[in-house]
Amino acid sequence: SLIGAAIKAPRITSKNLISVIFCEAVAIYGVIVAIILQTKLESVPASRIYDAESLRAGYAIFASGIIVGFANLVCGLCVGIIGSSCALSDAQNSSLFVKILVIEIFGSALGLFGVIVGIIMSAQASWPSKA
Amino acid sequence: MYGFEAMTFNIHGGYLEAIVRGHRSGLLTAADYNNLCQCETLDDIKMHLSATEYGPYLQNEPSPLHTTTIVEKCTLKLVDEYKHMLCQATEPLSTFLEYITYGHMIDNVVLIVTGTLHERDVNELLEKCHPLGMFDSIATLAVAQNMRELYRLVLVDTPLAPYFSECITSEDLDDMNIEIMRNTLYKAYLEDFYRFCKKLGGATAEIMSDLLAFEADRRAVNITINSIGTELTRDDRRKLYSSFGLLYPYGHEELAVCEDIDQVRGVMEKYPPYQSIFAKMSYGESQMLDKAFYEEEVKRECLAFEQQFHYGVFFAYMRLREQEIRNLMWISECVAQNQKSRVHDSVVFIF
Repeated sequence: SLIGAAIKAPRITSKNLISVIFCEAVAIYGVIVAIILQTKLESVPASRIYDAESLRAGYAIFASGIIVGFANLVCGLCVGIIGSSCALSDAQNSSLFVKILVIEIFGSALGLFGVIVGIIMSAQASWPSKA
Repeated sequence: MYGFEAMTFNIHGGYLEAIVRGHRSGLLTAADYNNLCQCETLDDIKMHLSATEYGPYLQNEPSPLHTTTIVEKCTLKLVDEYKHMLCQATEPLSTFLEYITYGHMIDNVVLIVTGTLHERDVNELLEKCHPLGMFDSIATLAVAQNMRELYRLVLVDTPLAPYFSECITSEDLDDMNIEIMRNTLYKAYLEDFYRFCKKLGGATAEIMSDLLAFEADRRAVNITINSIGTELTRDDRRKLYSSFGLLYPYGHEELAVCEDIDQVRGVMEKYPPYQSIFAKMSYGESQMLDKAFYEEEVKRECLAFEQQFHYGVFFAYMRLREQEIRNLMWISECVAQNQKSRVHDSVVFIF
């Protein structure tokens, strides 16, 4: 949409790259959470891998990853769709850009919520102490 | 799934939709039309148009200018935009764009056949054809003597072939039959287009069904009014009506038995959307009917742009451009013939 609309209205190109950057931001959330999760990983002695505590810690880290993944997938779709409408309406009437950008910011908050929940989930994942 | 086309539409259609919307912003507005209506000569018109998007197409024309030249150049612009979009489109958008031109193809076929019947020169006729409806082998239409030959020689290779199965008769081509042939072809084309849009589903199906239904109903009313007083029987008339639209099937039953315009008006006033159109005309007047229908069509097509992620915008844009070209032709003719007072009779403002 950005490319097509910019043919008739070249002024929109630089401002509307913000939409594309929002999409990239959700990918960065994924990288951040991956780094955080990998610091949480520990190996557990073989005798204790089926203890309730270690199962819980393992599942918590797994769930955290899934949450962040799906939340950011949906957020990326949402931001992309709104960004397309934003580019088209900016090409017609430049006062609309900021108003639709506000909608887009609300949409990108979805990814942020996912990251927050993921970090909370993984923060309390504690492995059984080696004994 | 209706409602979820936003997720995948932009992959293939996003670029072209943005281009179409950009073109739409270049349509002439009411202010432009006001300026054009106040022009005194065709050169003034050319000057005003060169400030709009038609500039590059008109600037090389020498004066004195003819109205047909202006219309030709504007149509050329539309054709260029259409070809650009067609090149960039993938399936199913490319099929959709091709469907839009089949109506013009039918008109061209009928034009050439009629012209041949009246012993006109083939090249002259080819120049008058609408450029959006050209196809290869169109010139060989001139040698056909009746419909069967027409089909066998030329049309079996074109996309219009399936529409001919409904109207192949062994009768020779003459004026009355050609009009019937044109309307039968158009009916088959509209129904095919309607089925295709329904198959696409989602927002495209909904918006296009509305636009096509209006087109079908409008043609039904025009067929009725034009065949009042001719020897077209009621059954023949009914065969020419399309099998979808607001008027199907009960409205068609009633329209088929109408014998004058007031009866037609009585039938149409039972349907709320058309009641407002017919209310604009006083009794006994039918010249304003065309303009009222065009206004309603333009209103519906502008509404098609309110929604994103569907193919209806392409159809709506082509129609709006054609309406604009009709407006320009009317304005140029009025100016050329010094009848400025009649300019507002037939100009439909788009914005």
